[in-house]
Amino acid sequence: MNARRYMLEVRGLGKTFGETEVLKAIDLNVSEGELVFIIGPSGSGKSTMLRCCNRLEEPTSGAILIDNARITDIPRRDLDRMRLNVGMVFQGFHLYPHMSVIKNVILAQIKALKRPADEARQRGMELLDQVGLGHKADAMPSELSGGQQQRVAIARALALDPKVMLFDEPTSALDPELVGSVLKVMKDLRDKGMTMLVVSHEMAFAREAADRVVFMDGGYVVEAGTPDEIFGNPKSDRLKSFLSRVSGGAH
Amino acid sequence: MRFLETFFNGTVIAKYTPDIIVAMGITLALSVAIIISGIVFGAVLAGLRSFQVRPLTLLIVLFADLMRALPPLVVILILFFGLPSVGLLMPDWLVLYLVLSLVLAAFAEEIFWAGLTAVTRGQWEAGRATGLSFTQVLTNIAFPQAWRMGIPPLVNRALAITKMTALGSVIGVKEILSVASSAQSFSGSATPLTMAAVAYMLIFIPAVIASRWIERRFHYKT
Ligand SMILES: Nc1ncnc2c1ncn2[C@@H]1O[C@H](COP(=O)(O)OP(=O)(O)O)[C@@H](O)[C@H]1O
Ligand SMILES: [Mg+2]
Repeated sequence: MNARRYMLEVRGLGKTFGETEVLKAIDLNVSEGELVFIIGPSGSGKSTMLRCCNRLEEPTSGAILIDNARITDIPRRDLDRMRLNVGMVFQGFHLYPHMSVIKNVILAQIKALKRPADEARQRGMELLDQVGLGHKADAMPSELSGGQQQRVAIARALALDPKVMLFDEPTSALDPELVGSVLKVMKDLRDKGMTMLVVSHEMAFAREAADRVVFMDGGYVVEAGTPDEIFGNPKSDRLKSFLSRVSGGAH
Repeated sequence: MRFLETFFNGTVIAKYTPDIIVAMGITLALSVAIIISGIVFGAVLAGLRSFQVRPLTLLIVLFADLMRALPPLVVILILFFGLPSVGLLMPDWLVLYLVLSLVLAAFAEEIFWAGLTAVTRGQWEAGRATGLSFTQVLTNIAFPQAWRMGIPPLVNRALAITKMTALGSVIGVKEILSVASSAQSFSGSATPLTMAAVAYMLIFIPAVIASRWIERRFHYKT
């Protein structure tokens, strides 16, 4: 564990929207194969932080490294190639509604990765099988449940063989009974050794699957540690009150 | 009997049927050409507009507003009678084709643009996050969705504008109405106009049916 290299490093990351400083100085490392969980109240900058990691959002200060490459220094015209290394899964799935499931998974492989079509299709089918949806390859996204759509979105991101996967509240838009299937796919992915940074409110899943948990509040990392440390022995008052609010059932 | 004699005179029908058939071919060819170039040009304009380059956007909006505001007949007459005096001679059919294509392009641009702006930010971000460029997201993700959203208004607009090929009669294009009305003045019978109506129905009823099929074909739930 200790000998692992960092796959994602966030150093002194700051982000300002107009007058409001959303991220103040975030430091965060994710080792290769590690699953790091991010928790924190709404508006604490979790999404903004994730979106800086593939530069959907432009950081105001600080640096981000992916597999030791400073992605914050890359000129805008080279962003597309960098993004192939960073998979992202959104709360709202965002499947392309006019394309079948398999085409959703193939599109960027062909257009961005320049993979030959037959190879892309084969890889796509492999990943759909992995998320348990090989039989839905020719369905349209509208024919799938939310949980199935999110699993396709995960397959779509994985199809580019990214080095890191970012998840922004992947189960928050799902009916409770559909959450489990998505978490299971994420657990499998972790067991396969994927490096993952996950923003989520699924505390039970964090306890079960996370290597480390990071608590963000007000644009800072307030506390970080193993799930046992964070949930079993929270130190800061802010984390304590956050945890009591969350376990109290309020979201 | 008087009614039939006026609108369905057998000898007049026999005499002018070949002319009307040729004119149908011209109306049909013009309509198809106008629909294709109008929609393609409108799509190109909307695509260019999405790059948000200030001067270009202004030009496109100006063009679209102007062509939608002016009565097509006015533009047709200006070009047909005005261009020769600046040394540009265009055949009548070319003027008709150009003007109606541009009018359709103006409407198509607005329809595509409305569709493009209705494509959610999440769609763009999902595409960009997988390493697709702006242009790739535009052509593979945003445009196909804008196209589907735009089909019902596009179909209506295309039908309305192709019917305006009848305006060609004013500048002498040998399309259906023009041929029918000169036949009417030669024969002194209203029958050629009835034949024109039938000819238009023969073209546009299948077009309306085809348009319903297209609308159903491209309909999808989100
Ligand atoms: N594009 C934006 N423009 C202005 N403010 C934004 C933008 N995106 C996020 N914010 C603000 O940044 C803060 C953090 O948002 P976000 O990163 O979404 O938090 P979280 O994901 O933790 O709920 C919020 O106050 C939000 O209103
Ligand atoms: Mg968020």
